[in-house]
Amino acid sequence: MKKLILTLVAALGLAAGAVHAAGANTIAWDKAPNKTNDLASLQNGAKVFVNYCLSCHSAAFMRFNRLRDIGLTEQQIKDNLLFTTEKVGETMKASIDPRQAKEWFGANPPDLTVIARSRAGHGGTGADYLYTFLRTFYRDEAKATGWNNLLFQNVGMPHVLWELQGDRRPIFEAHESHGQTTQVFKGWQQVAPGTMTPLQFDQTIGDLVNYLQWMGEPAQNTRVRVGVWVLIFLGIFTVIAWRLNAAFWKDVK
Amino acid sequence: MAHEFKEISPNASAGAKVTNWFENRFPTAFDAYRVHMSEYYAPKNFNFWYVFGSLALVVLVIQIVTGIFLVMHYKPDAALAFASVEYIMRDVPWGWLIRYMHSTGASAFFIVVYLHMFRGLIYGSYRKPRELVWIFGCAIFLALMAEAFMGYLLPWGQMSYWGAQVIVNLFAAIPFVGPDLALLIRGDFVVGDATLNRFFSFHVIAVPLVLLGLVVAHLLALHDVGSNNPDGVEIKAPNAPKDANGKPLDGVPFHPYYTVHDIFALSMFLMAFTAVVFFAPEFGGYFLEYNNFIPADPLVTPLHIAPVWYFTPFYSMLRAITSEMMYALIACVLLGAILGVVKARLPGFLKGGIVIAAAVVVLLMLSIDAKFWGVVVMGGAVIILFFLPWLDNSAVKSIRYRPSWHKYLYGIFVINFLILGYLGVQPPSPVGERVSQVGTLFYFGFFLLMPWWSRIGATKPVPDRVNFTAH
Repeated sequence: MKKLILTLVAALGLAAGAVHAAGANTIAWDKAPNKTNDLASLQNGAKVFVNYCLSCHSAAFMRFNRLRDIGLTEQQIKDNLLFTTEKVGETMKASIDPRQAKEWFGANPPDLTVIARSRAGHGGTGADYLYTFLRTFYRDEAKATGWNNLLFQNVGMPHVLWELQGDRRPIFEAHESHGQTTQVFKGWQQVAPGTMTPLQFDQTIGDLVNYLQWMGEPAQNTRVRVGVWVLIFLGIFTVIAWRLNAAFWKDVK
Repeated sequence: MAHEFKEISPNASAGAKVTNWFENRFPTAFDAYRVHMSEYYAPKNFNFWYVFGSLALVVLVIQIVTGIFLVMHYKPDAALAFASVEYIMRDVPWGWLIRYMHSTGASAFFIVVYLHMFRGLIYGSYRKPRELVWIFGCAIFLALMAEAFMGYLLPWGQMSYWGAQVIVNLFAAIPFVGPDLALLIRGDFVVGDATLNRFFSFHVIAVPLVLLGLVVAHLLALHDVGSNNPDGVEIKAPNAPKDANGKPLDGVPFHPYYTVHDIFALSMFLMAFTAVVFFAPEFGGYFLEYNNFIPADPLVTPLHIAPVWYFTPFYSMLRAITSEMMYALIACVLLGAILGVVKARLPGFLKGGIVIAAAVVVLLMLSIDAKFWGVVVMGGAVIILFFLPWLDNSAVKSIRYRPSWHKYLYGIFVINFLILGYLGVQPPSPVGERVSQVGTLFYFGFFLLMPWWSRIGATKPVPDRVNFTAH
């Protein structure tokens, strides 16, 4: 009997191993800094988002005035962040015409409202994915946009933040294994510097991803705050329910 | 039933007078309270496993109440559905809480129902005279699966869309009527707005009505025959010990004893439930799948389409039926027929019938696509539960008094079910396919061979009274 269980468990392990091996041909995801409570970071992320992303990508379920949740006043939002609309209660719509976008990039730039939630997977959270994706663009003359991405090969999106990051080239090393040669990513070579140092750039992307993470679910911090109180209440209630139960059952023989 | 009008003393308290006024005008309600609560005697030896029925009822109420509020803001329209869910999550005050309660409630429902069914399985709660209680329960499970499947389409994300597409296409595998049947279910040639609208209608009104009716039938039938217990002792049998009023000595009134008991269990359940709702509503992609945050796109098929976790054991069985597997199944049918002819004590013409039936089934299995038999196996895995009362031939109800190796067998059954569930979540793989094929054969073998294996081995003596140690 035990042998059978062991066999089944072993088979399960094999199945799991096979699955992991299949997904191993892409690079590992870097860990994104997780700080959706950091208002300064969220505000900077919102600024980067509105300046760089919103031209092509919408966040059609996100209203501008929701940015009050990250410490901005309505006036600040109006003065600094409203490029595509007049009304602060509007949702974030891209300025690009979707039909033209499709023509230019081969695909319509996806809506970014819940992008951080949709990209989670075995490699990490959606934020990790985006943090890696946005930092691994490189020059590729073979592509129509002149850019390619290490995480998302042949992506239609060009390197929008190239001025900040500069030009980089990935270094690959040929790797022999079982008679097959594979290219293994070894690191980056800076071809031309950007306006930011690599550290500054990583921080900026960290803020942007932080913002995207927050925008995916603006209620997420409220949720956790409320949840703590609910659990405290239920903890006390459980003690009462436990004693109530004991009081009734003590007479049952 | 005529009720006697009860006069009350003019000196009685105001509360007693009000109660008396209502009781004279609506005696049925007071009778129902007595029959189902204050004078419904339940065995006093219920253990941990007996809380999941009440919990399922609570989850049903949570689903109905949160569902009512979701419908106030949700739009069953292919162009608006996804956005309306995000509207609920962002712009509706506390909408995120209502939605997470509903999505977590769906998974919680299956968790408590699976545990509730397992309780029935190990303590023989489906045995005579509770066969109908079990059958109503199985029907509830079936309705619940339909409810969950249709509800899952409503957020109109990629998984919603493609999951529905895959499952509805299964019906197309049925010979002759399949394609038309699939068309009838979808209302279109692909899953689309028509599908969304009818699934919405079924999800919010048709199936819940059936579900509620079945729950009432399940409870009424239970209260007619009385609850089973971990010892499988009948506390209300004619020869069972009773007090001077004829009340079973081994029973306690449901209210207050089991109401306080279930409130205690509920408070602990709610801690786990709210912990998920508030701290991990996606539950690592199992309760809310990541892909479902991408709006449905008929032109982009996701790489890996997996149903939500509670369907995956059955989904694994569906995927296990490959054309290769069909030979194994054919061998099983032939083996069964040979055993029937050689072993069973039946008249000759019936044996001839078995041979002919087996030949017809094998011919059909050879001629119809394996995909169809996969659907048959998946459906059969649920339908077979209905027959459990007549498959079990053990002399005793409860696992406590069965041969010890039964515990291991039930343990393997659970592990097998979990492995099938795990494999259903994973993308197909050669090893996974083999394991799920073995698992499928074990699942069906467990039930189909039960008439035989449940008789083997010596049972332990069942006590006259239930085992109970005072708290």
